[in-house]
Amino acid sequence: MTKPILELQGVTTVVNRGTASQTTILKEINLTINPGDFITIVGTNGAGKSTLFNVIGGNLTADRGKLLHNGTDITHLSQEARTKFLARVFQDPKLGTAPRMTVAENLLLAEKRGQPRHLVFRRLKTRLKGFETLVATMNNGLETRLMTATGALSGGQRQALSFLMATLKRPDILLLDEHTAALDPHTSATLMAATNQRIKEDGLTALMITHHMEDAIHYGNRLLVLKDGQIKADLAGKEKASLTPERLAAYFE
Amino acid sequence: MTLITSAIGQGLLWALLGLSLYLSFRILNITDMTVEGTFPLGAATAVTMIVHGVNPLLASLAATGTGMIAGLITGLLTTKGKIPSLLAGILTMTAAYSVNLRIMGKSNTSLLGQTTLFSNHFLKSLPEYFDSVVLGFSVICIITVLIIFFLNTDYGQAFIATGDNLTMARSMGIRTDRMTIVGLMISNGMVGLGGALIAQSNGYADVNMGIGTIVIALASIIIGEVAFGELTLSQRLVAVTLGSIIYRLILLAVLQLGFSANDLNLLSSIVLALCMMIPQVDRILNIKKPILKGVTSHD
Repeated sequence: MTKPILELQGVTTVVNRGTASQTTILKEINLTINPGDFITIVGTNGAGKSTLFNVIGGNLTADRGKLLHNGTDITHLSQEARTKFLARVFQDPKLGTAPRMTVAENLLLAEKRGQPRHLVFRRLKTRLKGFETLVATMNNGLETRLMTATGALSGGQRQALSFLMATLKRPDILLLDEHTAALDPHTSATLMAATNQRIKEDGLTALMITHHMEDAIHYGNRLLVLKDGQIKADLAGKEKASLTPERLAAYFE
Repeated sequence: MTLITSAIGQGLLWALLGLSLYLSFRILNITDMTVEGTFPLGAATAVTMIVHGVNPLLASLAATGTGMIAGLITGLLTTKGKIPSLLAGILTMTAAYSVNLRIMGKSNTSLLGQTTLFSNHFLKSLPEYFDSVVLGFSVICIITVLIIFFLNTDYGQAFIATGDNLTMARSMGIRTDRMTIVGLMISNGMVGLGGALIAQSNGYADVNMGIGTIVIALASIIIGEVAFGELTLSQRLVAVTLGSIIYRLILLAVLQLGFSANDLNLLSSIVLALCMMIPQVDRILNIKKPILKGVTSHD
């Protein structure tokens, strides 16, 4: 039996506590994530998918319940401290990169994810060759734009860069928050394929929110359906493989 | 000629403020109003200490220190206190006014007959107004090199990322609150030093000398950007100093037209407003080139 890499035990979050509009977003979520799991998450708007990511990422603290990383309690660990083992790709391509810094400078920042940064020269030049090889794996022309400010890149290139930055220093847990949703169908499919390949090659543990039913079924080894702050279904293996978009949609009823 | 030398000297001394605002306004993306309180704070600190017989160099360093404290307060208010940065700066600025009166005990202190950084034998031996040029140039060189070094370190890169994209910086584990506080401390420390130097150059500290400083500092940044266009980060820092000098030359030209020194704040604001509107006007009329020619022909 493998030891879980991340565990959620009875995680509950409440917003607007003590006011008339008090709402419970996540209700007693229990979830065990094993190393190498690639979990796709679907659910309607307001089901609590983003809140779940925010609780795992540390932007939000659970009001009740516990989070364990490799058996260590991280419920009250700050967002910055969690970046030592956790990386995230956002839906909005603008959020994942520093627009006035170059592609190479962004990658250099990502190389030090979760580590202290000191008053020592950044030594960017020594890393350029390595970065060039790395970005070339995305097959979208990024390798010729290493010295370009990321603000001048296309949305697809930016998002590919965000993904590279999140996985550059191997995270224990990778959160993908609809990271292909803002892209055109072709670019989206390319990034999704690259994502899958990278997760498989590096044996990453990943959670991916998506509204794309085919993607949710096709990718990953586990699928969660979130509804009204609870896990409505947790499907793996044959159960997941035999799903069709129609049958998956039935869980939303 | 002496007028132009004087303008260049003033431009160099005031460039210190442009550089410090570059860190907060351009890199951290914060319009830091603290500056209008920190500038007289630095001046009051240095002048009061000099009058009490402290070595002018030590007094100037102490002014840097009090400036940093002001920056620390604004930084804490905005990051830990969650007060919008603009208001946090205004709060510190307003509070500093009272502190400055406490430090000086009156609204104006003269340095007449005191030993200042400008009393140095070498500086005294120079032709008129060259003392400001030499001292300003030396200080600006040192500060510019230090900032370029800082920005090219791992720490400095994290600082830039904080201002560029807070969400991304946090997701990479950068302690953005600390970066903001450190940035405001460095920036206001430099403003305090600027206040100390300019007070010694003017020969007095006045509790009202902070009014309009943020506009002057921003003007040097914007003029530098408008005049020199696309540059690397290190070149931009040099452009700020050149912008500060150009600004002084513009003022000199305008004063020659018959305006009085009392009109300076009005003129400063007009110059800054015009420079900041150039990109907008340019988009409509495509007149950037002729205007730039006009600016450069003045110097």
